[in-house]
Amino acid sequence: MSATDVDGARAAGTGAPARSTTPLAGASGEKRRMSLTHKRNLRLGLLFISPWIIGVAVFIVYPVTYSIGLSFTRYSGMATPTWVGVQNYITAFSDPLVAKATGNTLFYAIIAVPLGLVVALTLAIAMNQNVREVAWYRTIFYAPSLIPAFAMSFIFIVFLNPQFGVFNQVIGLFGGSNVNLLGDPTGVKIAIILMAQFGAGNAALIFLAGLRNVPKTVYEAARVDGAGPIRQFFSITFPLLTPVLLFNLITGVSGALQVFTEAFVITNGSGDPDGGALFYMMYLYKTAFGFAELGYASALAVLLFLTGLALALLIFWLSRRFVNYDVDAA
Amino acid sequence: MTTSLTEHDSSAASSTAKNSSHLAERRRQRAEDADQNNRRADGTLRPWYSTLIARIVMIALSALFLLPMYWMIASSLKSNEELAKFPPTLLPQSWEFGNYVKAITAMPFLQFFANSAIITVSVVVLSVVANFIVAYGFSCIEWPGRDKVFLVVIGTLFLPFPVTLIPMFDMWARLGAVNTLFPLIIPAMFGSAFFVFLLRQFLLQIPRDMLNAARVDGASEWTILWKLVFPTARPALTTVAIFAAVGAWNDFMGPLIYLQDQRVQTLSIGLQTFRSVNAQDVSFNQLMAASFLVILPLLVLFFIFQRYFIRGITIGGFK
Repeated sequence: MSATDVDGARAAGTGAPARSTTPLAGASGEKRRMSLTHKRNLRLGLLFISPWIIGVAVFIVYPVTYSIGLSFTRYSGMATPTWVGVQNYITAFSDPLVAKATGNTLFYAIIAVPLGLVVALTLAIAMNQNVREVAWYRTIFYAPSLIPAFAMSFIFIVFLNPQFGVFNQVIGLFGGSNVNLLGDPTGVKIAIILMAQFGAGNAALIFLAGLRNVPKTVYEAARVDGAGPIRQFFSITFPLLTPVLLFNLITGVSGALQVFTEAFVITNGSGDPDGGALFYMMYLYKTAFGFAELGYASALAVLLFLTGLALALLIFWLSRRFVNYDVDAA
Repeated sequence: MTTSLTEHDSSAASSTAKNSSHLAERRRQRAEDADQNNRRADGTLRPWYSTLIARIVMIALSALFLLPMYWMIASSLKSNEELAKFPPTLLPQSWEFGNYVKAITAMPFLQFFANSAIITVSVVVLSVVANFIVAYGFSCIEWPGRDKVFLVVIGTLFLPFPVTLIPMFDMWARLGAVNTLFPLIIPAMFGSAFFVFLLRQFLLQIPRDMLNAARVDGASEWTILWKLVFPTARPALTTVAIFAAVGAWNDFMGPLIYLQDQRVQTLSIGLQTFRSVNAQDVSFNQLMAASFLVILPLLVLFFIFQRYFIRGITIGGFK
């Protein structure tokens, strides 16, 4: 794409396009005046998103079609796939391991997503303090997010050691008795959730960018109106953070549904004890690369994808009530 | 709340002069940062003790978040015998810097480093430019059906990775691109759902009135993108650059699949090879040394570039 292409298409919107304050509302109203502008904007919009359109066609549509096709077959990766109709989907709904993996994944998502948001926002506020050494705090809070997942998992195995790990020493300080988190089906999930919190630096950076985006003048105006720091947080900072909150929520849910590496390393690929860390993606991975049932694995992948999509739509629909894109309104 | 376009024009005109005074610009930013250190978010001067509580909280949080990194470094300096000791020692009794020498010599470190650097720099540049352009199309231009198409972007976030794994490998293999860096760099040219979504959330907050005022004045979308929107989106673009860098540098699955030839392999793969080769004598210390060496460049870069999280240039009538 060159600059001249865009310059050629030139200056859209000499009329005043309707201002959209909700994420999903298209430009509406003033229809007659807008129709010409609409056409021009449509051309321009498609031009700007054209790299993504090409990317989706090549890197998404093609492989997804391929996988959907495979989901109706029995396929080991070697012989030619055999058509089995919806058999894989019927199997999935009666497979006790799918039920177990779904339960584990939901348990993880329901705790890890809200907790992750709170931890990330706390870190972001800490990263945004006006102190001289703030560069150090930012680096320290973000540092664990840089540690490769497998190395982090090894470190955690040492931390959680039932006899000597730091975790149990801290519990001991408060008079508690030793617990072996990794030996308990619920404990292992909690351990993985706790470990994930050390990676909150990523979401925190996004919140930080959001905090840095709030115009200083809005705070000045609030101060003139006599708003204290807590009032300022809830009436200014938080509403203006809702667009990034929506982002962190959606990507958090997407990540939680696909939780894999940490559980894989910590349980050495087994998902034990007692299937407590058998998350959906782990079961999918095992089906595909362990048992070489690529057809069944594709069906599982399609089901996960559809579930995620449904959740995303639900969150977007709810987000109309709480997300505020309008800086002026604050 | 009117937007002064002459102001933007003059700032655009002076941008040519700005290139030469890049250092002055940085100095100005630093001074601004230093000034902010003594002020509240609302701009009032604050008393000296007001940061004390914040500092205590942050130091406590830091201690917690330093724990994994500390453990990594401490373990990397211990001997095998000391690692096996229970309870574990807090500080290494004898400092085994040899672990680092072994980690470096166990793989062609410089070669891997160079490959990782080429991939990372390319991916960062392409990601920032491509995602910024696409996100602009999804936020600053109002076109019919835009927000419905955007739901497709969100949808792709939920694609499980095995779905694309096999067909994509198939495609790159047929193009003869396996064992080249292309499969890891080219996709960045087309934007990613994660970054487009992230940038869109920020760009939607830019007042429409300001963009429209620029359009009335005859500015093309391309000019608005770079002259008006780019400066205000700086914190968000910084985030994209950091994530793209970390993602490319630490990417494990991609190099594992596409780079089988040692000549083109990256540090993350070197780490994995190192891990499996040494699996027998479980040299956890060397593994931690190698891991730390791999993430050290990222840590340093982050420390340098976190500065760019300064407030984006204030937009619209908010001056």
